[in-house]
Amino acid sequence: MTHLEDLPAWAALLTALLVLLGAGLTLLGAVGTLRFRSFYERVHAPTLGTSWGTGAIVLASILCFSVLGSRLVVHELLIGLFITVTTPVTLMLLGRAALYRDRTEGDTTVPPRAILRRALERKGAQLPPPPPSEEA
Amino acid sequence: MSAIILAWSILIAQGMLVIAIACHTYRLIRGPRAQDRVLCLDAIYVCAMLLVLTFGIRTGSSLYFEGALVIAVIGFASSVALAKFLMRGEVIE
Repeated sequence: MTHLEDLPAWAALLTALLVLLGAGLTLLGAVGTLRFRSFYERVHAPTLGTSWGTGAIVLASILCFSVLGSRLVVHELLIGLFITVTTPVTLMLLGRAALYRDRTEGDTTVPPRAILRRALERKGAQLPPPPPSEEA
Repeated sequence: MSAIILAWSILIAQGMLVIAIACHTYRLIRGPRAQDRVLCLDAIYVCAMLLVLTFGIRTGSSLYFEGALVIAVIGFASSVALAKFLMRGEVIE
């Protein structure tokens, strides 16, 4: 606990606030995954932790190490950037996989491909061909 | 005084992150379908990464940062592989 006493009061209080904010948002997202009913609602909940949950804790870490080292330490931004870039990719892949699985099982609660095709044709666009395994 | 407040805040934040991991683990075990489980695995990776970052602030060592970065990369790779598996039935075609 020696290095924490080297921090000036304003930096320590700001770091404490940011760490609590980040962890609290992550906890809210986790409670969301418990309480939401369907997968398509649940897929939104953990993004609370990956957006400002990660952002606040990364900011706290940057603040703490910058004040301790008397120089700007920004390598934690790498984590924030990485999480910001990769989370949408993961969740979009996962959402499409879930939609595909629900459609092949004949689930009537998800919109079928025909609705999408009609909506696109009204705009004059073409639906991309289905994945090859869909016919098999 | 501010150091005590900071130490306690970090401890409380770590407790919150552990509770978040517990919530996700419950959904991971209970989750009705495979996509819920993959989603929760991804969220658990993010929570564990944040937990390692708070350990880094608490100990003042920058080694934890590298561990957190490795956890983030592995979490991304595993989630993408699992999502691909759910979509196609195989990871590498």
